[in-house]
Amino acid sequence: MSDTKKFLYVNRRAPYGTIYALESLEVVLIGAAFEQDVSLAFLDDGVFQLTKGQKTDGLGVKNFSPTFRALGDYDVTKLYVEKESLEERGLSEADLQEIMYEDEDDDWEEKPSIRIVSRAEMVDIMSDQDVVLSF
Amino acid sequence: MKFGVLISEGPYTHEAADTAYNFVKSAIAKGHEVPRVFFYHDGVNVSTRLSVPPQDERNIQKQWTALAAEHGVDLVVCIAAAQRRGILDENEASRQGKDANNIAEGFRISGLGQLIEMGIQTDRLVTFGD
Repeated sequence: MSDTKKFLYVNRRAPYGTIYALESLEVVLIGAAFEQDVSLAFLDDGVFQLTKGQKTDGLGVKNFSPTFRALGDYDVTKLYVEKESLEERGLSEADLQEIMYEDEDDDWEEKPSIRIVSRAEMVDIMSDQDVVLSF
Repeated sequence: MKFGVLISEGPYTHEAADTAYNFVKSAIAKGHEVPRVFFYHDGVNVSTRLSVPPQDERNIQKQWTALAAEHGVDLVVCIAAAQRRGILDENEASRQGKDANNIAEGFRISGLGQLIEMGIQTDRLVTFGD
Protein backbone atom coordinates (compact mmCIF):
# COMPACT_ATOMS: atom_id res chain seq x y z
CA MET A 1 0.00 0.00 0.00
CA SER A 2 1.24 3.43 -0.85
CA ASP A 3 2.01 5.75 2.02
CA THR A 4 0.59 8.71 0.15
CA LYS A 5 -2.88 9.76 1.17
CA LYS A 6 -5.15 12.51 -0.05
CA PHE A 7 -5.41 15.18 2.64
CA LEU A 8 -8.02 17.93 2.41
CA TYR A 9 -7.95 20.92 4.73
CA VAL A 10 -11.39 22.52 4.88
CA ASN A 11 -11.35 26.19 5.85
CA ARG A 12 -14.78 27.42 6.87
CA ARG A 13 -14.07 30.43 9.06
CA ALA A 14 -13.05 34.05 8.59
CA PRO A 15 -9.30 34.71 8.90
CA TYR A 16 -9.61 36.81 12.04
CA GLY A 17 -11.99 36.76 14.98
CA THR A 18 -11.00 33.21 15.84
CA ILE A 19 -7.67 31.40 15.60
CA TYR A 20 -8.91 28.50 13.46
CA ALA A 21 -7.68 29.86 10.13
CA LEU A 22 -4.17 30.61 11.38
CA GLU A 23 -3.82 27.28 13.17
CA SER A 24 -5.15 25.49 10.07
CA LEU A 25 -2.42 27.09 7.98
CA GLU A 26 0.14 25.95 10.55
CA VAL A 27 -1.00 22.35 10.05
CA VAL A 28 -0.78 22.72 6.26
CA LEU A 29 2.79 24.02 6.47
CA ILE A 30 3.96 21.27 8.84
CA GLY A 31 2.02 18.64 6.89
CA ALA A 32 3.76 19.61 3.67
CA ALA A 33 6.92 17.91 4.93
CA PHE A 34 5.10 14.56 4.84
CA GLU A 35 4.77 14.59 1.04
CA GLN A 36 1.10 13.73 0.93
CA ASP A 37 -1.37 14.72 -1.79
CA VAL A 38 -2.67 17.96 -0.25
CA SER A 39 -5.65 20.12 -1.21
CA LEU A 40 -7.25 23.06 0.53
CA ALA A 41 -10.93 23.94 0.40
CA PHE A 42 -12.36 27.35 1.20
CA LEU A 43 -16.05 27.65 1.84
CA ASP A 44 -18.53 29.59 3.99
CA ASP A 45 -16.68 32.52 5.66
CA GLY A 46 -13.43 30.66 4.87
CA VAL A 47 -13.41 32.38 1.47
CA PHE A 48 -12.49 35.63 3.26
CA GLN A 49 -9.11 34.06 4.12
CA LEU A 50 -7.96 34.50 0.52
CA THR A 51 -9.14 38.08 -0.06
CA LYS A 52 -6.50 40.57 -1.10
CA GLY A 53 -5.60 43.76 0.70
CA GLN A 54 -5.98 42.45 4.23
CA LYS A 55 -4.79 44.92 6.87
CA THR A 56 -4.64 43.86 10.49
CA ASP A 57 -2.67 46.74 12.03
CA GLY A 58 -5.64 47.84 14.11
CA LEU A 59 -6.27 44.34 15.41
CA GLY A 60 -2.86 43.64 16.86
CA VAL A 61 -2.74 40.26 15.15
CA LYS A 62 -0.46 39.07 12.39
CA ASN A 63 -1.69 39.36 8.80
CA PHE A 64 -0.90 35.83 7.65
CA SER A 65 -2.54 36.10 4.23
CA PRO A 66 0.81 36.49 2.35
CA THR A 67 1.69 32.97 3.53
CA PHE A 68 -0.89 31.53 1.13
CA ARG A 69 1.26 32.79 -1.76
CA ALA A 70 4.18 30.70 -0.47
CA LEU A 71 2.22 27.43 -0.48
CA GLY A 72 3.37 26.60 -4.02
CA ASP A 73 6.94 26.28 -2.69
CA TYR A 74 5.61 23.57 -0.37
CA ASP A 75 3.96 21.70 -3.28
CA VAL A 76 0.54 22.78 -2.05
CA THR A 77 -0.99 23.86 -5.33
CA LYS A 78 -4.69 22.98 -5.15
CA LEU A 79 -6.79 25.65 -3.46
CA TYR A 80 -10.46 25.01 -4.16
CA VAL A 81 -12.77 27.97 -3.51
CA GLU A 82 -16.51 27.46 -3.49
CA LYS A 83 -18.29 29.72 -5.96
CA GLU A 84 -21.57 29.91 -4.04
CA SER A 85 -19.79 30.92 -0.83
CA LEU A 86 -18.10 33.78 -2.70
CA GLU A 87 -21.37 34.92 -4.28
CA GLU A 88 -23.33 34.74 -1.02
CA ARG A 89 -20.82 37.19 0.44
CA GLY A 90 -20.77 39.56 -2.54
CA LEU A 91 -17.30 38.42 -3.54
CA SER A 92 -15.86 37.23 -6.82
CA GLU A 93 -12.54 35.75 -7.92
CA ALA A 94 -11.31 39.31 -8.55
CA ASP A 95 -11.42 39.97 -4.80
CA LEU A 96 -8.99 37.13 -4.09
CA GLN A 97 -5.20 37.21 -4.03
CA GLU A 98 -3.37 35.91 -7.05
CA ILE A 99 -1.70 32.72 -5.91
CA MET A 100 0.58 30.99 -8.41
CA TYR A 101 2.75 27.90 -8.47
CA GLU A 102 5.39 26.59 -10.85
CA ASP A 103 4.31 23.34 -12.48
CA GLU A 104 7.34 21.05 -12.47
CA ASP A 105 5.60 18.69 -14.89
CA ASP A 106 5.07 21.48 -17.43
CA ASP A 107 8.47 23.15 -17.79
CA TRP A 108 7.92 25.15 -14.55
CA GLU A 109 5.14 27.16 -16.11
CA GLU A 110 3.41 29.49 -13.68
CA LYS A 111 -0.17 28.44 -13.04
CA PRO A 112 -2.89 29.64 -10.69
CA SER A 113 -3.39 27.61 -7.50
CA ILE A 114 -6.90 28.90 -6.90
CA ARG A 115 -9.64 26.94 -8.62
CA ILE A 116 -13.19 28.17 -8.31
CA VAL A 117 -15.56 25.22 -8.01
CA SER A 118 -19.29 24.85 -7.55
CA ARG A 119 -20.85 23.45 -4.39
CA ALA A 120 -21.64 20.25 -6.27
CA GLU A 121 -18.01 19.93 -7.41
CA MET A 122 -16.88 20.52 -3.81
CA VAL A 123 -18.91 17.50 -2.75
CA ASP A 124 -17.02 15.35 -5.26
CA ILE A 125 -13.66 16.76 -4.14
CA MET A 126 -14.48 15.91 -0.51
CA SER A 127 -15.67 12.39 -1.33
CA ASP A 128 -12.41 11.74 -3.11
CA GLN A 129 -10.24 12.29 0.02
CA ASP A 130 -8.66 9.90 2.51
CA VAL A 131 -8.31 12.41 5.34
CA VAL A 132 -10.43 15.53 5.81
CA LEU A 133 -9.43 18.06 8.44
CA SER A 134 -11.99 20.77 9.01
CA PHE A 135 -11.11 24.11 10.62
CA MET B 1 -10.51 -0.61 12.39
CA LYS B 2 -7.84 1.87 13.45
CA PHE B 3 -9.14 5.31 14.42
CA GLY B 4 -7.25 8.55 14.92
CA VAL B 5 -9.03 11.22 16.96
CA LEU B 6 -8.61 14.99 16.80
CA ILE B 7 -10.09 17.20 19.53
CA SER B 8 -10.26 20.87 18.61
CA GLU B 9 -12.43 22.51 21.27
CA GLY B 10 -11.75 23.20 24.94
CA PRO B 11 -13.19 21.30 27.90
CA TYR B 12 -16.38 22.31 29.76
CA THR B 13 -17.20 25.16 27.34
CA HIS B 14 -17.71 22.63 24.60
CA GLU B 15 -18.79 19.00 24.58
CA ALA B 16 -16.18 17.91 22.01
CA ALA B 17 -13.75 16.42 24.55
CA ASP B 18 -16.59 14.50 26.26
CA THR B 19 -18.00 13.12 23.03
CA ALA B 20 -14.53 12.13 21.88
CA TYR B 21 -13.94 10.36 25.22
CA ASN B 22 -17.18 8.38 24.85
CA PHE B 23 -16.31 7.58 21.25
CA VAL B 24 -12.83 6.30 22.09
CA LYS B 25 -14.10 4.21 25.02
CA SER B 26 -16.84 2.65 22.87
CA ALA B 27 -14.54 2.04 19.92
CA ILE B 28 -12.02 0.22 22.09
CA ALA B 29 -14.82 -1.76 23.80
CA LYS B 30 -15.96 -2.92 20.37
CA GLY B 31 -12.48 -4.16 19.51
CA HIS B 32 -11.25 -1.22 17.43
CA GLU B 33 -7.89 0.40 17.94
CA VAL B 34 -7.35 4.04 18.89
CA PRO B 35 -3.59 4.44 19.00
CA ARG B 36 -3.56 8.23 19.36
CA VAL B 37 -5.69 11.24 20.27
CA PHE B 38 -4.42 14.66 19.18
CA PHE B 39 -5.40 17.86 21.03
CA TYR B 40 -5.40 21.07 19.00
CA HIS B 41 -6.77 24.63 19.22
CA ASP B 42 -8.42 25.06 22.67
CA GLY B 43 -8.51 21.27 22.92
CA VAL B 44 -5.02 21.51 24.46
CA ASN B 45 -6.67 22.87 27.63
CA VAL B 46 -7.94 19.38 28.43
CA SER B 47 -4.39 18.49 29.42
CA THR B 48 -3.88 20.83 32.39
CA ARG B 49 -3.76 19.01 35.69
CA LEU B 50 -4.67 22.25 37.49
CA SER B 51 -8.36 22.32 36.62
CA VAL B 52 -10.60 21.79 39.64
CA PRO B 53 -14.20 21.25 38.56
CA PRO B 54 -16.88 20.90 41.30
CA GLN B 55 -16.84 17.46 42.92
CA ASP B 56 -20.19 16.42 41.51
CA GLU B 57 -19.00 17.14 37.96
CA ARG B 58 -16.86 14.98 35.73
CA ASN B 59 -13.15 15.77 35.62
CA ILE B 60 -12.37 15.62 31.91
CA GLN B 61 -8.59 15.56 32.30
CA LYS B 62 -8.74 12.70 34.80
CA GLN B 63 -11.04 10.71 32.52
CA TRP B 64 -8.50 10.96 29.71
CA THR B 65 -5.53 10.21 31.98
CA ALA B 66 -7.28 7.05 33.20
CA LEU B 67 -8.18 6.00 29.67
CA ALA B 68 -4.58 6.45 28.53
CA ALA B 69 -3.30 4.38 31.44
CA GLU B 70 -5.83 1.61 30.89
CA HIS B 71 -5.60 1.29 27.11
CA GLY B 72 -2.25 2.82 26.21
CA VAL B 73 -3.76 5.60 24.11
CA ASP B 74 -1.12 8.16 23.12
CA LEU B 75 -2.47 11.59 24.14
CA VAL B 76 -0.58 14.21 22.15
CA VAL B 77 -0.91 17.94 22.77
CA CYS B 78 0.19 20.32 19.99
CA ILE B 79 3.20 22.28 21.18
CA ALA B 80 2.45 25.50 19.27
CA ALA B 81 -1.18 25.58 20.40
CA ALA B 82 -0.14 24.63 23.95
CA GLN B 83 2.43 27.38 24.27
CA ARG B 84 -0.07 30.03 23.21
CA ARG B 85 -2.46 28.83 25.90
CA GLY B 86 -0.07 28.26 28.79
CA ILE B 87 0.15 24.48 28.71
CA LEU B 88 3.72 23.44 29.55
CA ASP B 89 5.59 20.31 30.48
CA GLU B 90 8.74 20.33 32.59
CA ASN B 91 11.10 20.69 29.62
CA GLU B 92 9.16 23.51 27.99
CA ALA B 93 8.73 25.36 31.29
CA SER B 94 12.47 25.37 31.85
CA ARG B 95 13.23 26.18 28.20
CA GLN B 96 10.84 29.16 28.29
CA GLY B 97 12.00 30.32 31.72
CA LYS B 98 8.63 29.69 33.38
CA ASP B 99 8.25 28.87 37.07
CA ALA B 100 5.79 26.01 36.71
CA ASN B 101 4.41 23.35 34.42
CA ASN B 102 0.89 21.99 34.32
CA ILE B 103 0.65 19.04 31.97
CA ALA B 104 -1.22 16.06 33.40
CA GLU B 105 -0.03 12.47 33.51
CA GLY B 106 -0.70 10.51 30.34
CA PHE B 107 -0.40 13.55 28.05
CA ARG B 108 2.69 14.53 26.11
CA ILE B 109 3.54 17.68 24.20
CA SER B 110 4.74 17.24 20.64
CA GLY B 111 4.48 18.72 17.17
CA LEU B 112 1.79 18.91 14.50
CA GLY B 113 3.64 16.22 12.59
CA GLN B 114 2.05 13.78 15.02
CA LEU B 115 -1.39 14.80 13.71
CA ILE B 116 -0.40 14.23 10.08
CA GLU B 117 1.28 10.94 10.97
CA MET B 118 -1.93 9.85 12.72
CA GLY B 119 -3.87 10.66 9.54
CA ILE B 120 -1.48 8.57 7.49
CA GLN B 121 -1.33 5.59 9.85
CA THR B 122 -5.01 5.17 10.77
CA ASP B 123 -7.97 4.04 8.69
CA ARG B 124 -10.18 6.94 9.76
CA LEU B 125 -9.44 10.30 11.31
CA VAL B 126 -12.40 11.56 13.32
CA THR B 127 -12.57 15.21 14.37
CA PHE B 128 -14.46 16.39 17.44
CA GLY B 129 -14.88 20.14 17.20
CA ASP B 130 -17.23 22.91 16.27
